[in-house]
Amino acid sequence: MSTADSIPASTVPARGASSVRIKLSRDDYALRTGLVVVISLLAILVVLPLYSLLSKSLEDMDGNFVGLQNFQEYFQTPALLTSITNSLSVAFFSAIIVLVLAFIYAYALTRTKMPFRLFFRGVALIPILAPSLLAAISLIYWFGTQGVLKSWLFGASIYGPIGVIMASCFWVFPHALMILITALSTADARLYEAAEALRTPKWRIFWTVTLPGAKYGILSTGFIVFTLVITDFGVPKVIGGNFNVLATDVYKQVVGQQNFEMGAVVSLVLLLPAVAAFIADRWVQSKQVALLSARAVPFQPKSEPLRDWLLFGFCATIAFIFLAMLGMAAYASFVTFWPYNLTLSLNNYDFDLMDGGGWEAYFNSIRMAIYCAVFGSGLIFFGSYLVEKARGVSWLRTILHLIAMMPLAIPGLVLGIAYIFFFNHPDNPLGFLYGTMGILVISTIVHFYTVSHLTSLTALKQLDPEFETVSLSLKTPVWRTFGKVTLPVCLPALLDVASYLFLNAMTTVAAVVFLYSPETMLASIAVLNMDDAGDIAPAAAMALMIVYTSAIFRLLHALLTRYLKRRTQVWRTR
Amino acid sequence: MKNLVYTMTQLSRGVLGVVLGLMLAIPVSAENLTVYTAVEAEDLKRYAAEFNKDHPDIKIRWVRDSTGIVTAKLLAEKNNPRADIIWGLAATSLMLLQSEGMLQPYAPKGLGKLDSKFRDSANPPSWTGMDAWIAAVCVNTVEAKKNNLPTPTSWMDLTDPVYKGHLVMPNPNSSGTGFLDVSSWLQIYGERGGWQFMDNLHKNIAWYTHSGSKPCKQAARGETPIGISFAFRGAKSKAAGAPLEIVLPKEGVGWDMEATAIVKGTKKLAAAQTLADWSITKKANVLYNKGYAVVAYPGVAKPVKYFPAGILEAMIDNDFEFAAVNRKRILAQWQKRYDGKSEAK
Repeated sequence: MSTADSIPASTVPARGASSVRIKLSRDDYALRTGLVVVISLLAILVVLPLYSLLSKSLEDMDGNFVGLQNFQEYFQTPALLTSITNSLSVAFFSAIIVLVLAFIYAYALTRTKMPFRLFFRGVALIPILAPSLLAAISLIYWFGTQGVLKSWLFGASIYGPIGVIMASCFWVFPHALMILITALSTADARLYEAAEALRTPKWRIFWTVTLPGAKYGILSTGFIVFTLVITDFGVPKVIGGNFNVLATDVYKQVVGQQNFEMGAVVSLVLLLPAVAAFIADRWVQSKQVALLSARAVPFQPKSEPLRDWLLFGFCATIAFIFLAMLGMAAYASFVTFWPYNLTLSLNNYDFDLMDGGGWEAYFNSIRMAIYCAVFGSGLIFFGSYLVEKARGVSWLRTILHLIAMMPLAIPGLVLGIAYIFFFNHPDNPLGFLYGTMGILVISTIVHFYTVSHLTSLTALKQLDPEFETVSLSLKTPVWRTFGKVTLPVCLPALLDVASYLFLNAMTTVAAVVFLYSPETMLASIAVLNMDDAGDIAPAAAMALMIVYTSAIFRLLHALLTRYLKRRTQVWRTR
Repeated sequence: MKNLVYTMTQLSRGVLGVVLGLMLAIPVSAENLTVYTAVEAEDLKRYAAEFNKDHPDIKIRWVRDSTGIVTAKLLAEKNNPRADIIWGLAATSLMLLQSEGMLQPYAPKGLGKLDSKFRDSANPPSWTGMDAWIAAVCVNTVEAKKNNLPTPTSWMDLTDPVYKGHLVMPNPNSSGTGFLDVSSWLQIYGERGGWQFMDNLHKNIAWYTHSGSKPCKQAARGETPIGISFAFRGAKSKAAGAPLEIVLPKEGVGWDMEATAIVKGTKKLAAAQTLADWSITKKANVLYNKGYAVVAYPGVAKPVKYFPAGILEAMIDNDFEFAAVNRKRILAQWQKRYDGKSEAK
């Protein structure tokens, strides 16, 4: 086998390379080492913290093992149990409402000739730029005791389930919309032509062709919205009043009472529905088969004035509500003293005079978001590259892929509390990270790892494995192929990942709320803390600073992508 | 071989770069003093700035939260304290920490000049007082009128069903203001009468807030017409233009001291002592007086704008011993009875 090194690899089928025993090249060793390193890194950052969380839930305050005693205590506390039903019902109703609204919206965007589609699409994505708290704050200005439209609630209070559901629907809408747009974009026109040739009525076509085609997208959306709402804690914290949910209970136990053991118990309870939804979603996606065969004809929407204008009215209403939510927060942030002194001023932007960390928090957030974008996209891209391109050792690649999928099922709060136990443990050599910017960056990258991983994996899959085979036969080292071919081709996807990480780092509360320290105060946490101290107008102001920053970043990203597409993606067009 | 080395370098850069790069982001500084506090955030910058005028070499790292949380945090870190000194925490909390053996007794320079009520009676004292903060009820006059609410004059008035859902107070488990209210009611009405009163009050409370100033800030914004909070907060909101009336219930109002204490086991004892010395100077007390009508240094106090008149007479004869010794029991009892209406945190 000593000559195996010189076997021209092009004679080896690309996929079946492992079936022929060839001597491993240096590149192979390097990539395998890389696999092992990334797997261990993720194991340290994902698996071990979860283990410390689990073991903490079985300990008493002095660290003695007490078995299930904490759980027993938990299930005997009625106030805590109410939170479970509260959480489930709020998440359920939000999922149903968002599903219906986002489906109609996505349908209008993808299947009709409705005017201003691009504008509507843009407006619906606004909530992504803001922390979930913004919606709750804005609702207080619209429907709170001093709210402009208080009378619309017919005496009901916005503080409680109504407010939580309304605010949740707002901030999860874009997440639902994006999946549904993807689900509705792929349609085979031949089915519709056949249905029309058979004179099938419109509503029947909708029920028998359109809906079944988007079935998996719809289910997936439902699960994702459910998980997002049940694990979010910003909204119920701001507008929940005395309506407690699981996420706020975790926070209350950990921050309010420093009862870390009970916090661990509640967060494990919170983990259950999230994991269940994750598994259900995976199952649904595995059922999904390619709808578009090679012979499919892409669906081209036709103009139908009545339907299009009805949908235009619907979308305009939603878009108007979205703009009103953002606009009210923006307006309120300039009002000197709501509701008694409505003159406009910049007083609320004087963050240095308020609880919450001041302007420093804002700049910390930007710094953290940049670190996340740079280090996170690098690590994640490298990881997915290994999963896709390392030759052989498919079991190692599968392990890496599985660990990379895990964070999607772990709520940010749960990850955060697990990090406290893991990094704050006196014996942990990584303990020096505790209380630093580093731990915030790590927890944010890990929290948003999965989606980024999948994005770059998709991009890598577009590349024919032939590239590697050819370069192997030409004896080109793997890093050169990586730098000359893989990286340039995947650059837009890499930028997407970086941008995704940046935006989420700017807006996340859950992943960092247990981990920040006085020096590493963040803007999103400042919003939370200012609201907590009763300074709601400055909280709105800080939330808007996040929105402005995210919007500018998005714009830069779009411009850069366009420029790069022109430079590196010319090959895509003929 | 060169390739391998190169590739390995690339690999380790990719992986370790994350960790190492982040380490660079950690600021390094020489004399950092970690100070735990429950003082209002807007005052902290001023306190640190004034202190640094005299001692520019000591940099204060504030860890600020509500009284209950700072207390819980200190207790949780008992075996591995992270604080060097506590500057501005309720005396009842400090007395609790003292009984846990967590404080380092120290007689700051100039101790003799303090009002003797404002220090631990032991010698050397475990804590020295700064100022007193006093309960008060913030009533939004505009909203009270809108809802036809009479202005309450006593604590008992607040149990009138007319106020149902219009009342907010801080959760004593997290807020020092909330705790001094509860402890004062138990002292005014006795143990049984006090809980009876709170049962009735509970029926009117919309929700319990995490922070002690939030009820007054909410009243100031008209979000809830009446907030049980503290006088200084009310005066500040009034100065900001809120239509507030600051009511001192006629049964008397609870109060607590803010105080300073050095944490036992600090590695920066000298710096902590410097701060403790400074915290009882006349200069520091003038600073405290910006927000507190009653300060530890005799003769310093000047009237605070919008501070309700007659507040010194309204202060109850507070039994700190009672409050500190029973703190844990009272809070557990409170939580069992009323926590269902608590705001998150």
